Amino acid sequence: MTLNEIVQKLISKFPDNILDSNPEGVEPFIKVAPSDIFDIIKFLKEDPEIDLSFLNLITGVDWNQDNRIEVVYHLSSVAFQSHKLAIHAFLDRKAPRIPSICGLYGAANWHERETYDLLGVEFEGHPDMRRMLLPDDWEGHPLRKDYQFPEEYHGIKWA
Amino acid sequence: MSDSHNENSNKENLTNPMTKSANPNIPGERYGNQVILTTLNDFFSWAKASSIWPMQFGLACCAIEMMATAATGFDMDRFGAAVFRSSPRQSDLMIVAGTVTFKMGERIKRLYEQMPEPKYVLAMGGCAINGGPYSLYGYHVVKGVDRYIPVDIFVPGCPPRPEQLLEGIIKLQELIRQKELLKRESMIYDPKRNSPKTNQ
Amino acid sequence: MPYTDRKDYCASINENFGCCLAVEKLLGCEIPERADYLRVIMAELNRIASHLLVTGVFGLDTGAFTPMLHTFRERERVLDLFEEICGARLTYHYIRIGGVSQDAPEGWLNRVREFLDYFEPKIDEYNQLLSENTIFINRTANIGVLTPEVAINFGCSGPMLRGSGVKWDLRKNDPYSIYDRFDFDIPVGTGEKGAVGDCWDRYMVRIREMVQSVRIIRQAVDGITEGPIKAKLPRVLKVPQGEAYTRSETPRGEVGFYIVSTGEDKAYRMRLRSPSFCNLSVLAEISQGSMIADLVCILGSVDIILGDVDR
Repeated sequence: MTLNEIVQKLISKFPDNILDSNPEGVEPFIKVAPSDIFDIIKFLKEDPEIDLSFLNLITGVDWNQDNRIEVVYHLSSVAFQSHKLAIHAFLDRKAPRIPSICGLYGAANWHERETYDLLGVEFEGHPDMRRMLLPDDWEGHPLRKDYQFPEEYHGIKWA
Repeated sequence: MSDSHNENSNKENLTNPMTKSANPNIPGERYGNQVILTTLNDFFSWAKASSIWPMQFGLACCAIEMMATAATGFDMDRFGAAVFRSSPRQSDLMIVAGTVTFKMGERIKRLYEQMPEPKYVLAMGGCAINGGPYSLYGYHVVKGVDRYIPVDIFVPGCPPRPEQLLEGIIKLQELIRQKELLKRESMIYDPKRNSPKTNQ
Repeated sequence: MPYTDRKDYCASINENFGCCLAVEKLLGCEIPERADYLRVIMAELNRIASHLLVTGVFGLDTGAFTPMLHTFRERERVLDLFEEICGARLTYHYIRIGGVSQDAPEGWLNRVREFLDYFEPKIDEYNQLLSENTIFINRTANIGVLTPEVAINFGCSGPMLRGSGVKWDLRKNDPYSIYDRFDFDIPVGTGEKGAVGDCWDRYMVRIREMVQSVRIIRQAVDGITEGPIKAKLPRVLKVPQGEAYTRSETPRGEVGFYIVSTGEDKAYRMRLRSPSFCNLSVLAEISQGSMIADLVCILGSVDIILGDVDR
């Protein structure tokens, strides 16, 4: 299957939730509504002709000018070499929430925790939503564009 | 015992039995070269300096250079300092090799407190000295491990070459030889002067 | 760019490589052929250095001290070659956007050949010393078995995935740079000493990969052409607006660079998919039911670089 066919199949399955798509660019992507991300990725993973069974990474991007946060899922396939797709979902910056895909990919667990840690995106249904890299009592999410560097941490000056 | 030490500390007491007839009233002559007179201080510091046991404590890329220094090619054992211990309770020297984050800093402090006296710290690499490449934008990087624990030797570099680390070890040995036995090491470090609040 | 050196410090050049691929994908620039060959030679040499370190240290983890001294001896020779071409022992920053930083000095390629001749017989020595050692086999075979399904589900890559018997190498499956010109095999775990995907398989894949790297370097050294080593690029690089995700094969697995550019000279967002991070996340899964002492083995065979995990 070409990427174009995959996207057509996806649109026929989820007509309302695919907001935008570009399967033929340098970086093939689709933009979806965040509420249905679990079903869409489940379909992509479990359809034997598409087989996007390898989760490359989950990224959060903070667009503070537009007041939203973007979550990007990069999926690829082990069986089919040309199957690579990026899935974008845009969230509200004040309270970013999106369903977790931990039930589909084991790899998603740590990626989602890291995204929560650094950008503050809440993944609903995640089994263990804690900070991952920073200490538990750290304030703020450092990769947000308006993040202020802390003055001190436990009595140790920052600068 | 090393010959150089022998000469330095009590040259006049030792005579060569090959050139002179032995005089049993002089201790050095009665036993040939088998007796050495030295001060307790010198003896202990010599022993301390040549049996440094560092702690296995690698944090980042400097740890790889630390391993390379201990392994074939550079062989840190020549200087008596390559018996790496996994436990802080068995080690004298903490080589802080790598980037120290705030999360790690508190653990480093705890490990340091677990080490028995006398204890020494060697900060290896730019990251451990002042944050190195992460000093400007590293929100989680401690700008120098000396904000948590007293550091005796700084070895700059990113990462330092094995030769530099060896030089650091030799400098540390010099430092150990200078220290007096009955003074506790941690008393030399003045916490008021070096406390994190004033050290900026 | 220099930060990528310090991310996975055992394989800096492979990290540089991945980062440059991402930026070049956005720029759409062409790389001179000689630079491509130099990149491949350096990346494969670095793969050898990294695998030497890992196999030696894995021996250390399982209680065999001597193999580490042997592997470090060869590793120093590789580092000498690196030092000659770019002046650094560990953090090279050799591959630049649009090419490489230095051309090979005179006679360097011959010295690479000499090293390969010297190095190939040494691999048998490691096999005698460690791989076929009964104590080592007892400690690693059937320990930490990773099935292919779990490996794919957890996003494992590199020797972890190949150790489980999945023939997946980005140099072959999604060729970047000029890897499609070389002839080499992908070693996979076959479960010779125990189950497929145990610690021994993962270890052995690394040893066999070194043989393949030697093959690639030989072909590259013979096929290298004269010419420029850098593409002509402006001094202040403005990357066009857009985003790119590239993946390449480091000694630890798939490294992905995701760059979002808004058309300025700095990336708006850069996210790295680091192989150690994903490989480590499977640790809890595969170590269930094994002894604490085996955990050391499993951790050693996963081959993590902590700088790569927390970035």
